Amino acid sequence: MAKKVALLQGNDACAQGALYAGCTFFGGYPITPSTEVAEVCSIELPKIGGKFIQMEDEIAAMASVIGAALTGAKALTATSGPGVSLKQELIGYACIAEVPCVIINVMRGGPSTGMPTGPGQSDVQQAKWGTHGDHAAIAVAPASVQEIFTETVRAFNLAEKYRMPVQVLYDEIVGHMRERIEFPEPGELEIINRQGPTVPPEQYKPYDTAFGDVPPMADFGSGYRFHVTGLNKATDGFPTTKAEYVDAEQRRQIRKVDACQADIEKNEEYLTEDAEVVIFAYGSISRSARYAVNELRKAGIKAGLFRPITLWPFPEKRIAALGKQAKAIVVAEMNLGQMVLEVERVTKGSCQIEFIGRVDGEPINPGQIMDKVKEVK
Amino acid sequence: MAFDYDKYLRPGKLPHIWCPGCGHGIAMKGLIRAIDTCGLDKSNTAIVSGIGCASRLPGYVDFNTLHTAHGRAAAFATGVKMAKPEMNVIVVGGDGDGTAIGGNHFIHACRRNIDMTYVIFNNSIYGMTGGQFSPCTPTGALASTTMYGNPDPTFDISKLAIGAGATFVARTTAFHATQIDKLIVEGIKHKGMAVIEVLDDCPTAYGRRNKFRSVVDMMKRLKEIAVPVAAAAKMTAEQLEGKVLTGVLYKEDKPEYCEQYAKVIAKAQGA
Repeated sequence: MAKKVALLQGNDACAQGALYAGCTFFGGYPITPSTEVAEVCSIELPKIGGKFIQMEDEIAAMASVIGAALTGAKALTATSGPGVSLKQELIGYACIAEVPCVIINVMRGGPSTGMPTGPGQSDVQQAKWGTHGDHAAIAVAPASVQEIFTETVRAFNLAEKYRMPVQVLYDEIVGHMRERIEFPEPGELEIINRQGPTVPPEQYKPYDTAFGDVPPMADFGSGYRFHVTGLNKATDGFPTTKAEYVDAEQRRQIRKVDACQADIEKNEEYLTEDAEVVIFAYGSISRSARYAVNELRKAGIKAGLFRPITLWPFPEKRIAALGKQAKAIVVAEMNLGQMVLEVERVTKGSCQIEFIGRVDGEPINPGQIMDKVKEVK
Repeated sequence: MAFDYDKYLRPGKLPHIWCPGCGHGIAMKGLIRAIDTCGLDKSNTAIVSGIGCASRLPGYVDFNTLHTAHGRAAAFATGVKMAKPEMNVIVVGGDGDGTAIGGNHFIHACRRNIDMTYVIFNNSIYGMTGGQFSPCTPTGALASTTMYGNPDPTFDISKLAIGAGATFVARTTAFHATQIDKLIVEGIKHKGMAVIEVLDDCPTAYGRRNKFRSVVDMMKRLKEIAVPVAAAAKMTAEQLEGKVLTGVLYKEDKPEYCEQYAKVIAKAQGA
């Protein structure tokens, strides 16, 4: 049977992907350029008995999502840069309390109100370092309408599997672009649900490390009564200031992602096997980069594209290897130098690093990338 | 037979963090008695708080407990209630948590008339951080950040709740211990947003700076300023100067938020 296809906007595809993943709760606040995610959820969620709530502010939206997730719901919010800044407080809460949820960030310029209707990629470091304190981060960066769908599904899977907030970052261009999308059949994409407790309620500890680095999670109202707090806590969920508990819990929460990077990491490489110049680009800019690679190859320049789909954890090993293989890595992003810092960090001077940044609300075009590649010595 | 609080307290989690003479323990006991009177199932009840002395309460009691971030309790609780309307949701917290940093969430929870019971422990000070003034600190009072006297006007929490749309609003004090559970019982039974303000005392961070020589003096003051609504109706404005009304201040039947959203679902599903 032919697959269902549609011409769909990126933000709409995000909402459809969330529904496919089993999302039943959306808590949000209007903000350009992400609002269509909320609008579609407000129409579609009640049809399946799910809940949509427009909260009084961005922080409240994040709070409602965490509250809903604690009852067992797969919960979503969607926002943009300024909204993410506000949500950081409770993204940190979701990290420490280990509450699965998905945050969509349709990136615009900044800081502050910036250029609400223009595209940007300046929240990519915020996705890692935005909330205070040490914590693991998972963030993905789709580059097409189809991929927004599949990466939103994957974001829910990762949130449920690793019991943590996962951010989906795409720039306004991808968010507002309309493209053909093929809807996966039910069951075609893997759907992961959080691991519930296997012990009786009286033995349940919400952060029990006996089951590995991702403790089983009970739902509020299921008969398993437990305590959730933003304070440093012991494995029983209650606050502690005992150094050994605090240290062990903090390290476990980072290790649970670090140790599973192979499962979380996802990249696309195009003509990198023999590339002398690797272009590092993500989101809409990776589309300009792919075009540039084709043109450069025609001109006899061995160019390739590395496109991280998972931004965090950063693909350290692969970039380090490419840094040894290539003469240069050219990083192109709609900010003034964010992921390039990671590329510099992991290549440790093994190759030339060139940077193209743009923050004027216009995308980086293939010509700009080609010019920069031609400068490589 | 004496009331058995242990049935609702988590073993090994006491003593609590509250100072000797603090009214929060009295309010917590009132809450526990109210929950017992209403016969709430512990596993089907969530107790949600923000940050501050009062917000430590959930750690001591044996329910689904959620100690959130500063001011955000009502917003978290809204998510819990929306996602699982069959759960009983009770919010506890202090005056600074609820009406300063959490003021926006508080008024919007009232406006939605979502079915939860918000017990606000108003000791008119930020106790945990050492006695800074809150929106409920009396004008002129001394706090660690108003050592020349508080220049700020104060919030009347109950009026704020009524104005914002809460459909059950009541007030009492830590002195009137038996009234606390009676009012919370009414609040729990009320379908919609119920706010119960419990005026209590912070001898450590407020009393010492403001010339209350003892906890007893603070309790006496709570006794003296409280005037039941019925009695107040017969008093002149002059006689009511400096007093606060206690009892059920407001009650109204209005559509509850989750029930309203159930209609949205029915409509979306073509019913």
